[in-house]
Amino acid sequence: MASTTGNAETTPDTSGGVESGDGVRRRDFINIAAVSAAGVGGLAVVYPLVSQMAPSADVLAESTTELDISTLEAGQSIKAVFRKQPIFVRRLTPAEIEAANAVDVSSLRDPATLDEITKPGHGNVLVVMGVCTHLGCVPLGAQEGENKGEFGGYFCPCHGSHYDTAARIRKGPAPTNLAVPDYEFTSDTTIVIG
Amino acid sequence: MSFPWAKEYQPQNGLTKFLDEKLPLPRFVYNAVGAGYPVPRNLSYFWNFGVLAGFFLMLQIVTGVVLAMHYAANTQVAFASVEHIMRDVNWGWLMRYAHANGASFFFMVVYIHIFRGLFYASYKPPREMIWLLGVTIFLLMMATAFMGYVLPWGQMSFWGAQVITGLFEAIPLVGPPLKTWLLGGFAPDNAALNRFFSLHFLLPFVILGCVILHIWALHIPGSSNPTGVEVKGESDTLPFHPYYTAKDGFGLGVALIAFMTFVFFLPNMLGHPDNYIEANPLSTPAHIVPEWYFYPFYAILRAFTFDFILPAKLWGVLAMFASILVWFFLPWLDKSPVRSGHYRPLFRKFFWFGLIPVMAVLFVCGGAPAEEPYVMISQLATAYYFLHFLVILPIISSIERPDPLPFSITEAVLNSDKKAVLGENAEPAV
Repeated sequence: MASTTGNAETTPDTSGGVESGDGVRRRDFINIAAVSAAGVGGLAVVYPLVSQMAPSADVLAESTTELDISTLEAGQSIKAVFRKQPIFVRRLTPAEIEAANAVDVSSLRDPATLDEITKPGHGNVLVVMGVCTHLGCVPLGAQEGENKGEFGGYFCPCHGSHYDTAARIRKGPAPTNLAVPDYEFTSDTTIVIG
Repeated sequence: MSFPWAKEYQPQNGLTKFLDEKLPLPRFVYNAVGAGYPVPRNLSYFWNFGVLAGFFLMLQIVTGVVLAMHYAANTQVAFASVEHIMRDVNWGWLMRYAHANGASFFFMVVYIHIFRGLFYASYKPPREMIWLLGVTIFLLMMATAFMGYVLPWGQMSFWGAQVITGLFEAIPLVGPPLKTWLLGGFAPDNAALNRFFSLHFLLPFVILGCVILHIWALHIPGSSNPTGVEVKGESDTLPFHPYYTAKDGFGLGVALIAFMTFVFFLPNMLGHPDNYIEANPLSTPAHIVPEWYFYPFYAILRAFTFDFILPAKLWGVLAMFASILVWFFLPWLDKSPVRSGHYRPLFRKFFWFGLIPVMAVLFVCGGAPAEEPYVMISQLATAYYFLHFLVILPIISSIERPDPLPFSITEAVLNSDKKAVLGENAEPAV
């Protein structure tokens, strides 16, 4: 029987049976090669099976939102949708800015100044995700007449998280401030989120 | 339920000892597909196709569950959701092409599996129950495949649903209301699409249950083998692992190469372009045919063009169902005491020069347009098909003189290939 192993000439080959001596046995080599090939093949199968559950191309294509804020006046908010989630855009009143800046930042659970949260030159435009950082409910406060919580910003009715006028967590179970999405001003009155 | 020389499972460590006492799953696997299951040593590659069928069933279930995550069973959006799978879903094209071609390959390997059973008469005692379960599985596969083909809601889907449910209309008295009930309407529409989706999801698991029974029934007498001679002693068998796990693994590799060739390079070759046109209830495609794996049965359906006591339409439907139901009676129609076609000269001639060419002819006619000469050829082939099972097989199995059987599997193996057993330089013992 023809053999490709080095010791084939000195060792009687009993068609893949036990071979004496050191070195790589033909059967070990075949075993490892077969299991490796099956393993690589298995991984190649697992990858698409896992990946198919990730957002599809049409979902990713909806991942930016453009907003015109030219008619937004101080004290007014708009609720928009970004990636199927609410987004709050608010033009802060001078009183709200003052209240936000009066807070000692080091005393906050998630320290951040209003300037860090807003964009330079647009310090009065607050853009945050309308998704409570506790467990994902939509906080109240963006619409006229809603409960704004103890700190005059947003209040999540699900588990009682209070956010201040800069959307920073002040009281309740939420771990962080309302998230600020990636966005930029493409003009003085237009923002593109995502 | 196994041979007395089957190796006993020995738990090696604390965990397997614990499991063996509480839930002996490792022992079960060891006795089913491990070293504890002795299998005839002379199985040819035809015995690979059961494992391959099991593989393609699992492939269909996995890819099918994935597709169901993205598909929408509503006539308004079903067609678009399939395109969504093809274009937007990550790897969706792979899942769909694997599922569509997987169905074809599932049927292909099952046909070879059935062919093996017919030639080697695997349906004979003590394996009748395995055969009956197998035919049941095949019928379930046909129903599942048909309903799956409706789901993309293309032209072939729609008209396939119309034609196949129309078969039930042929039943006297209850036919027309039965069709309306099956469809939940007067033509295939949302109600039909939804129930087909539901059943297309359910039936594979019913098939899986039948497959488990099929294998359970198989493991009582053990596999048949190319000689048809039952196992007589330990020298006739080899442990399933590693011998047949390796052989099945190799066969699976070859099958996957063929399968991947279709999935990646010929994904639409086995389908019909018309199914990429959205269903239109007002226009039937000029030439409607089922998927290739239904061709022979479709030819039998169309072979009946004349009323004879019963209407032609009813004859066609009865014949089509009977062409498969007749398989249920094979263990009793074939009276020969010998199983394997290798030792049955007369049976073998009628098998290779009668049944197989006739099946091929029916296959060609099933895919051809419903016009002459195909209709007449289908009629002759259909007649021969039933003649083979109902007349020829019982007669030849009673009158033929079988060739002498080997005493045992071991003897058959040693006689045919002494050198392989005794070594290259062995002198034949005289």
